[in-house]
Amino acid sequence: MAKKMHDTPNLDQLEDGPWPSFVTGLKELAKDKDYVVDLLGQLETSYRTKKGYWKGGTVGVFGYGGGVIPRFTELKDEKGQPVYKDCAEFHTLRVMPPPGMHYDTDTLRKFCDLWEKHGSGLIALHGQSGDIMFQGATTENVQKAFDEINEMGFDMGGAGPAVRTSMSCVGAARCEQSCYDEAKAHRVVLNTFLDDIHRPSLPYKFKFKFSGCPNDCMNSVQRSDMAVIGTWRDNIRTDEALAKKWFARHSMNQLVNDIVARCPTKTFQLKQIKDVKSGPSISSVAVNDTHAIEIDNHECVRCMHCINVMTGALAPGKDKGATILVGGKRTLKIGDLMGTVVVPFMKLETDEDMEKLVDLGQRIIDFFAENALEHERTGEMIERIGLVSFLEALEIEVDPNMVSTPRTNPYVRTDGWDDEVARINAKKHAAV
Amino acid sequence: MNAPVQMRRPKETGVPDNKKYLHPLLLKNYGNWKYHDRPRPGVLHHVSHSGDEVWSVRAGTQRQMDVGTIRRLCDIADKYAESHVRFTIRSNIEFMVSSAEKVNPLIAELEKHGFPVGGTGNSISMISHTQGWLHCDIPGTDASGAVKALMDELIVEFKREEMPNRVHISTSCCEINCGGQADIAIIIQHTKPPVINHDLVANVCERPAVVARCPVAAIRPAMVNGKPSLEIDESKCMCCGACYPPCPPMQINDPENSKLAIWVGGKNSNARGKPTFMKMVTSGLPNNPPRWPEVAEVVKRILHVYKEDGRPWERMADWIERIGWQRFFEKTELPFTKYLIDDWRGSRASLNASTHIRF
Repeated sequence: MAKKMHDTPNLDQLEDGPWPSFVTGLKELAKDKDYVVDLLGQLETSYRTKKGYWKGGTVGVFGYGGGVIPRFTELKDEKGQPVYKDCAEFHTLRVMPPPGMHYDTDTLRKFCDLWEKHGSGLIALHGQSGDIMFQGATTENVQKAFDEINEMGFDMGGAGPAVRTSMSCVGAARCEQSCYDEAKAHRVVLNTFLDDIHRPSLPYKFKFKFSGCPNDCMNSVQRSDMAVIGTWRDNIRTDEALAKKWFARHSMNQLVNDIVARCPTKTFQLKQIKDVKSGPSISSVAVNDTHAIEIDNHECVRCMHCINVMTGALAPGKDKGATILVGGKRTLKIGDLMGTVVVPFMKLETDEDMEKLVDLGQRIIDFFAENALEHERTGEMIERIGLVSFLEALEIEVDPNMVSTPRTNPYVRTDGWDDEVARINAKKHAAV
Repeated sequence: MNAPVQMRRPKETGVPDNKKYLHPLLLKNYGNWKYHDRPRPGVLHHVSHSGDEVWSVRAGTQRQMDVGTIRRLCDIADKYAESHVRFTIRSNIEFMVSSAEKVNPLIAELEKHGFPVGGTGNSISMISHTQGWLHCDIPGTDASGAVKALMDELIVEFKREEMPNRVHISTSCCEINCGGQADIAIIIQHTKPPVINHDLVANVCERPAVVARCPVAAIRPAMVNGKPSLEIDESKCMCCGACYPPCPPMQINDPENSKLAIWVGGKNSNARGKPTFMKMVTSGLPNNPPRWPEVAEVVKRILHVYKEDGRPWERMADWIERIGWQRFFEKTELPFTKYLIDDWRGSRASLNASTHIRF
């Protein structure tokens, strides 16, 4: 039995309503833990005063320089003593989950047992960077908890100016749209940078994210410095049985208004079967006895919309791989940035392909480490130096797929133009 | 003298292999799935090229879970599913089962224990959020509480698939916006420059780093009361709070003047249009715990109009692109103020350089 609960009239109101309540969960824990009794006391104070009361500090585990988020209370009485002394220290351990966040119940139960023993008993599944967050331990218990977690085969995630914990979608494990082995790429890449994850020494954070198709369920385009987004080069695959099944359950109106009209490049057309074209870039499939879909894949931007609506009837092609976009981030300091295309397509099938992905990540991180200003993200660095400087440093050729449009102003010195054209032509000839 | 304590060296094993944690059918059909459909909201049915089928039941959680809750979910997984679960990016839990007969008993058990089943397809899924007062060192508001209060109101749409397209909502407790881009985002918007405790700056803050952190160069070193400190050109300051994390004595959070803003139309997916950033559509809402009713009112109003007016498959951004901003503000009855016209770098690209006007 723990000590008496503090009054929490504000938090009590978060026990009402149908959605699962974290307050009810905290109160359950508080039955046995003074630690959580006081946590509720401090949180109730925040709800009353509308102020936060945690400050950072330096807490870690032996051998690593990061991964623990230290929190010390700043809610002190007039003598400088913590008002809620039992939760004066409330540190979080960030732990990297398996790709796709799959678990067996045995593993989750072990997490519960060790965190009940060493920590508050509160676990967030998962944090915004994808970590399993073991929330709330004293400085003394951080190491004990980590040792047990680590013995289970789990390792610390990133914090501070480091390579951060990554996320990958459910992907190949349970999704027909998967265009590469997301979990494999996630592991191969991240496990190359363990030193940069565990010993923060970069200018600022660096995030990888892995989405298996352009639906980008991992939000990688704006949440990661290097986004690996699955795509394909050949034609959309079709399945006539499933196409007819879809059409039987839907209508001509839905086919026209929900798919034809929403194709961003208008390459998705509905035709009478007798008018359907054939050719190396054409995908077509009948939806009934008279009408068929026709897609010219050269004009398709792989947006996924028609595939999402008619999943199975339409599917990504077989020549799969990924597009790499670099420089996504959130607001501070210069405003939001989307990642932009740096590699329009790369195969990710063989071990050698994966090595190329790792090598690209390594070169980008090396350049970032050398050239970014303190607290500058990769996207901000590219904005400062220009994409071309970045590409030249990485020895990546420019490509029209990297821009929405060519430049719209003449403010560029072009006296290297002829040499550049000659260089490109020489390279073309050499490749033939 | 005590012998030196032998510290355990970490096993630097990195990201664990997920193969040992996968449901057996997921492992068997890895990379070989053919299509999926949704027999009902909250249930995904995947079919493999091998002919195998798997049903996934999705349920909402509170994300910050006590061990009792996690054990309850494990008990349900052991008794009604097949002892394997996974979590989505929005903190929903998924139970995989190998036969359709197991779906309904599993749903009944989840609902009996208060876990809402839904979050699939064109629903309003769980709100992606941050730490807030519970654990963050710079929060202007809470996260879990605000999310709980809002999901209590949106749970009906979590359990249905009746929106024009999926709706992703995020909340963030400061302008860094850890919650991320979303169809609707709720984000702290500070309205007053930081209040500086000059006694502490010299000891706590690396002053040149703080000066460099300011997006508008409004911070400069100064001597105040004989101590090295920092001062702010308040005419330049736009109250973003970037200086606060590196220099906690520059307090940006203000119980009354830190307000909440609402943003709409962000999406990450490439489906139809390219990914989009969200846009601020209102601000000045009070930070009003424990249930933030003013925020909920505006969010529900936007969602209501979108649900009524959006066409099938239109995400929030697609819908607004069709109806235009004039109509958006009319329909949602939100005031269009001068603060919503961008003046940050690149802002001219957000102005209407055409005669495309809807009347």
